[in-house]
Amino acid sequence: MAELSPKDRLKIPRQHIPEQDPEIRKHNFNEVNLGYTPEMAMLEAQRCIMCKKPLCIAGCPVAVKIPDFIKMIAEGKFREAAAILKEDNALPAVCGRVCPQEEQCEKVCVVGKKGQPVAIGHLERFAADWERQNIGIQIPPMKEKSGKKVAIVGGGPAGLSCAGDLIQMGHDVTVFEALHDIGGVLIYGIPEFRLPKSIVKAEVEGLENSGVKFVKNYIIGLTETIDELLERFDAVFIGVGAGLPYFLGIPGEHLNGVYSANEFLTRVNLMKAYNFPEYDTPMFDVKDKNVVVFGGGNTAMDAVRTALRLGAKRGIIAYRRTEAEMPARIEEIQHAKEEGVEFMLLVAPIELIGDEEGWLKAVKLQKMQLGEPDSSGRRRPVPIDGAIEILPVEVAVVAIGNGSNPIIRQTTPDLKVNKWGNIIVDMDTMKTSKRGVFAGGDIVTGGATVILAMGAGRKAAKAIDQYLRDPDSWDRPKTEQVEVAQESK
Amino acid sequence: MNRIVEARFIGPEIKLFKIEAPKIAEKRKAGQFIIIRVHEGGERIPLTIADSDTSNGTITIIVQGVGKTTKHLNMLNAGDFVQDVVGPLGRPSHIENFGTAVSIGGGVGTAIAYPTAKALKEAGNYVISIIGGRSKEYVILEDEMRKVSDEVYPTTDDGSYGYHGFVTGKLQELIDSGRKIDFILAIGPIPMMAAVANLTKPYGIKTVVSLNPIMVDGTGMCGGCRAVVNDKTVFVCVDGPEFDAHQVNFDILTKRNKMYLVQEKHSLENFMCHYDNLFFSALNEVKEKV
Repeated sequence: MAELSPKDRLKIPRQHIPEQDPEIRKHNFNEVNLGYTPEMAMLEAQRCIMCKKPLCIAGCPVAVKIPDFIKMIAEGKFREAAAILKEDNALPAVCGRVCPQEEQCEKVCVVGKKGQPVAIGHLERFAADWERQNIGIQIPPMKEKSGKKVAIVGGGPAGLSCAGDLIQMGHDVTVFEALHDIGGVLIYGIPEFRLPKSIVKAEVEGLENSGVKFVKNYIIGLTETIDELLERFDAVFIGVGAGLPYFLGIPGEHLNGVYSANEFLTRVNLMKAYNFPEYDTPMFDVKDKNVVVFGGGNTAMDAVRTALRLGAKRGIIAYRRTEAEMPARIEEIQHAKEEGVEFMLLVAPIELIGDEEGWLKAVKLQKMQLGEPDSSGRRRPVPIDGAIEILPVEVAVVAIGNGSNPIIRQTTPDLKVNKWGNIIVDMDTMKTSKRGVFAGGDIVTGGATVILAMGAGRKAAKAIDQYLRDPDSWDRPKTEQVEVAQESK
Repeated sequence: MNRIVEARFIGPEIKLFKIEAPKIAEKRKAGQFIIIRVHEGGERIPLTIADSDTSNGTITIIVQGVGKTTKHLNMLNAGDFVQDVVGPLGRPSHIENFGTAVSIGGGVGTAIAYPTAKALKEAGNYVISIIGGRSKEYVILEDEMRKVSDEVYPTTDDGSYGYHGFVTGKLQELIDSGRKIDFILAIGPIPMMAAVANLTKPYGIKTVVSLNPIMVDGTGMCGGCRAVVNDKTVFVCVDGPEFDAHQVNFDILTKRNKMYLVQEKHSLENFMCHYDNLFFSALNEVKEKV
């Protein structure tokens, strides 16, 4: 291939990823994005100008060597591209789909300064998909066995990423999962049309083939405590997620038809209630019904788009601020709009109204306006006096976030948590107050993203590796530890 | 996959199972439950652990066949497997020496009351058990209850056995006779638990009930099992399942448990129809062979 000049590269337009037509996809659960062809991927990869000091790597929570893998794609060396990805990312096919690249690697991409950034996420997805579909997920090179054992609590993004790194570092890794399938939010939360479950399954199988052991239906805290785990493992990583849904605290929350987003999505995704009665788990029949979702995050978008696919007459997002403040990815908001989701902005639910039998019939909404910025820097919504609207709905889904699950902290009294119940850690090493125990992901930060949880899992893996090779390092002051870590690099 | 090592009917549509689950058998305390999934594609349902045996690593559950999942489970026998068992879930019963404790079990609720009655007895309480059923064959675990109780009163709605009337009638009789009662545990259908709560409230007797809402994960993640206790939202799976009976909003609990009545009926009909078909096609095969 002739070497392109940076100027030539900048002339290539960003390759749009093919998508299912909105009119068709809103009636099915198949994936919305269809992925690049090899030709499109190679063309897109040529847009990367191979910066000498790439900013994209620093923009990635798991520090994928982005220019390196993109270069391989540009040269048509897809196998090599996938191998480079997996050195830093245990779940590339997942991340290529659900990471908010526009806030991370692509946000700082130099090509994006003048035009559109390189489609790093789409390329990541392409390389991972190509490997899985053409040669099967390859086992990355492993270090010599250390003979040390690590228990990972929770089979979600944080735990899987931590497990993926630790197994490569030569340790014996066992993941304990409370549910009957591995993947955490990747399988119960994120819908099929955004992240096919077969992809999660394949990436988990990839880890299994690398030697990671998985124990399902096993609740740390109840089936076995953290202290008991420490008797048979050299270190423990807690990545149990947030996992305790917030409700609104308004009258009528107990009416039939009111769901947390977690329950609504779990019934559909994990339990496959959309296939009832073929699958046993029932759910409220939303066909031809009006469904409102409270919240403006990715989970809210997932819930409302799921409702439309289940045949809802109207799928409405009710959010108390404006679209600019919505935490959801722009792509998700865009996809939701294309599929016919209605957006009611600057409204806050104040009461859920039901009939005598306890079924939801309507929601009372308070209209809001934006006031002064709050602690998050976003303008605070304030009620407009007397501006009330009644919206007839049969189903309401509450997608306003999660608190911390109490099971671990209730059964591990010497594990320090903050006032919200989140585990307190040293953010450089993810060490908790308890010797040999590390934590990361939503149980530390509160509800965040898949990739941030994976980043925390990686950071913890590095620190766990150091601790296993030199247990005395636990007590050493932090500055010395950092030095040791750098030397060992 | 967990193997069933023993399965036998102890009442009409009421079956006792001993299932291999060594870790749960070792850990579980009175009042805790498991979530079970009978087969791949099955729903997750909560069932209270009635007993356990650490010597062979089994837990005992008692199942009343009502809907599709429980009827399917009740078709299984020793040697069969269930897909998933997870637990022990929920907070254990609060056990102390109250003095005189009355444990009340209505129907299959007796199976849930039994482990707590046993723990109360072991803690030194004088235990009186009232175990009710529609008729004689619905009164279960009488022998087991006798072993852990100082007095046992079976009751039947139709008078076919023991006291003729509801469990609340017998409880009222005990109270009227001037017996000093320090603690009551009542487990059974919601109307029964609500009736016991109403009865004991004026006397100020501490009364605890175990709630049985619809659940999915059983670990606090979905919030589907939320109930109202003392005007506050609780998640029964992690905050319960036992609560102060005088603070439980039974009306909301009743309505929420009806959420999937239509689907449950549909699912059950589908299932029974499927089994009828299997039965008839097997029958036809036999006939053809003959």
